[in-house]
Amino acid sequence: MSGHESSYTPTNAFTKWLDTRLPLVRFAQDTAINFPTPKNLNYWYTFGGILAVCLVIQILTGIILAMHYEASVDGAFASVERIMRDVPYGWLLRYIHANGASMFFLAVYIHMFRGLYYGSYKAPREVLWILGCVIYLLMMATAFLGYMLPWGQMSYHGANVITSLFGAIPLIGESLQTWILGGPSIGNQTLQRFFSLHYLLPFMIAGAVILHVWALHVPGNNNPTGVEVQDVAKDTVPFHPYYTVKDAFAIVIFLIMFAVFVFYAPNVLGHADNYIEANPLVTPAHIVPEWYLLPFYAILRAITFDLGPIPAKLLGVIFMFAAIAVLFILPWLDTSKVKSMRYRPVAKQFFFGFVAVCLLLGWCGAANPDDAVIPALQGDPKLVVSYTADGQEATSEYKGGGEAYIDAKRFMESLPADANPSLSAVPAPTFMFRHFSLILTFCYFGFFVLLFFLGLTEKPKELPESIHKSVLKRHKASASAVPAE
Amino acid sequence: MKAFRILTAGLAGLMIAASAHAAGGAAHPHEPEEGWPFEGVTGQFDQASLQRGYQVYQEVCSSCHSMKLLSYRNLGDPGGPFYDEAYPNPNDNPYVKALAAQNEILSPTPNEVGDYDFRPATPADTFRSPYANDSAARAANGGAVPPDLSVIYKARHDGASYVYSLLAGYPDEDVFSERVVAEASDGGTPDDPSDDTPAEVQTVIDASKLHIGHGDDHYEGYLIQNAGQYYNPYMPGDTVPQFEGDPRHAPPGGFLAMPPQLVPGRVEYSDGTEATIDQMAYDVAQFLAWAGEPKQTNRKSLGLAVMVYFGILAILLWFSYKRIWRNVEH
Repeated sequence: MSGHESSYTPTNAFTKWLDTRLPLVRFAQDTAINFPTPKNLNYWYTFGGILAVCLVIQILTGIILAMHYEASVDGAFASVERIMRDVPYGWLLRYIHANGASMFFLAVYIHMFRGLYYGSYKAPREVLWILGCVIYLLMMATAFLGYMLPWGQMSYHGANVITSLFGAIPLIGESLQTWILGGPSIGNQTLQRFFSLHYLLPFMIAGAVILHVWALHVPGNNNPTGVEVQDVAKDTVPFHPYYTVKDAFAIVIFLIMFAVFVFYAPNVLGHADNYIEANPLVTPAHIVPEWYLLPFYAILRAITFDLGPIPAKLLGVIFMFAAIAVLFILPWLDTSKVKSMRYRPVAKQFFFGFVAVCLLLGWCGAANPDDAVIPALQGDPKLVVSYTADGQEATSEYKGGGEAYIDAKRFMESLPADANPSLSAVPAPTFMFRHFSLILTFCYFGFFVLLFFLGLTEKPKELPESIHKSVLKRHKASASAVPAE
Repeated sequence: MKAFRILTAGLAGLMIAASAHAAGGAAHPHEPEEGWPFEGVTGQFDQASLQRGYQVYQEVCSSCHSMKLLSYRNLGDPGGPFYDEAYPNPNDNPYVKALAAQNEILSPTPNEVGDYDFRPATPADTFRSPYANDSAARAANGGAVPPDLSVIYKARHDGASYVYSLLAGYPDEDVFSERVVAEASDGGTPDDPSDDTPAEVQTVIDASKLHIGHGDDHYEGYLIQNAGQYYNPYMPGDTVPQFEGDPRHAPPGGFLAMPPQLVPGRVEYSDGTEATIDQMAYDVAQFLAWAGEPKQTNRKSLGLAVMVYFGILAILLWFSYKRIWRNVEH
């Protein structure tokens, strides 16, 4: 399975016997113990291990939670609270599981940005990257399905918004939506199938993770220089104990942050409305998904115009899915032969810009689209008096501070009795989140287009000859910079 | 480049902050002056306050609000209002038994001939609900179902302070006045009482007299309070449609169907504490904070042990890492 030669020698009669039948020990030795790993991996490379821990935590806590959960519209909400109250350490399991989803996504985003920065998606690692995208897509589906299960207000209305997206697809949309929901609207059958799928998908993720690790072990790890391993003895160290201990340290630091959320702020990443039992008749004022889906939600809502025959809603859905789909073709979009952005001075600037765009999209996703991005720059709302004059609708506007109100009031009193005047405040036109999301959406896609052209024109810095030489050079540089040491 | 990275980190923080951003134009709930005893890493509930809070719930709130997710036995759980070390199993706690027995419930299980009897509750029973179902609750409360209070602490931003501010935040008596919208009429025939219409009176609030929280915002105008609706600055909502004044400077808050409940001396505390509005709001808010998340103090104390454990483990791993890598340039 792995690209390097096996260095395992069975030592006793039993392992010799086993090695010729099922070389399990050899496999473990070659993939997790002796696997040659570049020696210059930094802490951004520990997130693979962190993600494996996240998946195990989610599956273990999830299996126990499922023993106590009741997938029915009448019992789901109460059963989640019963887990928190009556199951021994149930509160701990549930808070680990709920915050674990957020931690999983936090880690996966860092892992993906790391792959983007160091060019880990380029040949010969395209399949590795695509498998990662598949895992990410499965994670989003799993998280969305899982968010439905507590059967709170956000669960219900969030699921309603997302499933109605499928309804926007022409021709088959409506049937597809009904098929997904198991009926004309969200009901008990929807909750039960979401629960069933929420239990299934993590195992599909686990399967994809096995393929991901396999695809990693064929070409071996990329590294911050982007230069491939040339001399195993000079450039690499065995995975164990060098990277087991480094990963373990990083994992514990990550778990400390995780524990801060679980023990001291378990609900801060969630929405208070999800502690109100789902009620189809009452729609929350402000429906938002969990934070890790906010950038895509912002893209979805940024499109408010029709494009030819394509209605705005469908266009939003297309852009949202395209935002994920573009990741799958990234290995062929980026034309640069240089992997690491360390040696790509121009692309590097745009990379950090792209990170900022993603974060800003998340900010837009959380905000009300019609709110001002910078409220301080928004002028005073104007007052509008609407009334009827000679059987026609008419309006009169007043701008300014307190005197505008007095003027408006005086005008309303001067109107005849049958004018039926009413007064309202209209916010001053300003730069709204709706506009900002649209700009950011174009920046998001623009980055990928840019990667295509940048690779053709950019002049990269000189690459190090090997991993070993780059390490030596860096050490020399730091030694001469700090002579006192 | 450095600046770009700092900007990116700042944006990440902003995004986390924005995801917890609250909607609605209600006044920001404020916590009591001395804060909540259960907050902070080592916070604990004030048991005497929890007991008083249960009394307020039982004597005031429970006539309209259910708490379906709680059982009477929970009152005697460790950390609960009536926990007694002598009774590790709260079902044996005689005080809890007596509290439960004060409530008559419709038995959830049939008797030996298959009928459902009314009987005093036992610690194993869930809290008595004031209404048989939502329709009954709606019919009895002018169309609004009083929300279940089991997890109200978690279902509102800053739950305990919200409950506390809302209950104690109704405007004072002196802001209300009545005005006649339509005069009483005898229908043109003074002798015939059948066509008489009574005067139509509207309750209005003088917004200039409102004092909301600790803020010094001033509002000019009148809020019209419809029958069965009560203004509260902490209620999420919109006051503009009901406001006679500059719509750009309408008071915060909204209207709810619950009239002000707490008047001084509404309950008589068995421990002799003076039942001021503030005291009752404080006690019941703390009780609801406990009820919404009874395990929160266990959670925080376990958290401390976990932190210490991970902290030591991280230090050991750091030195192991340094030692293992000591001869490798990387």
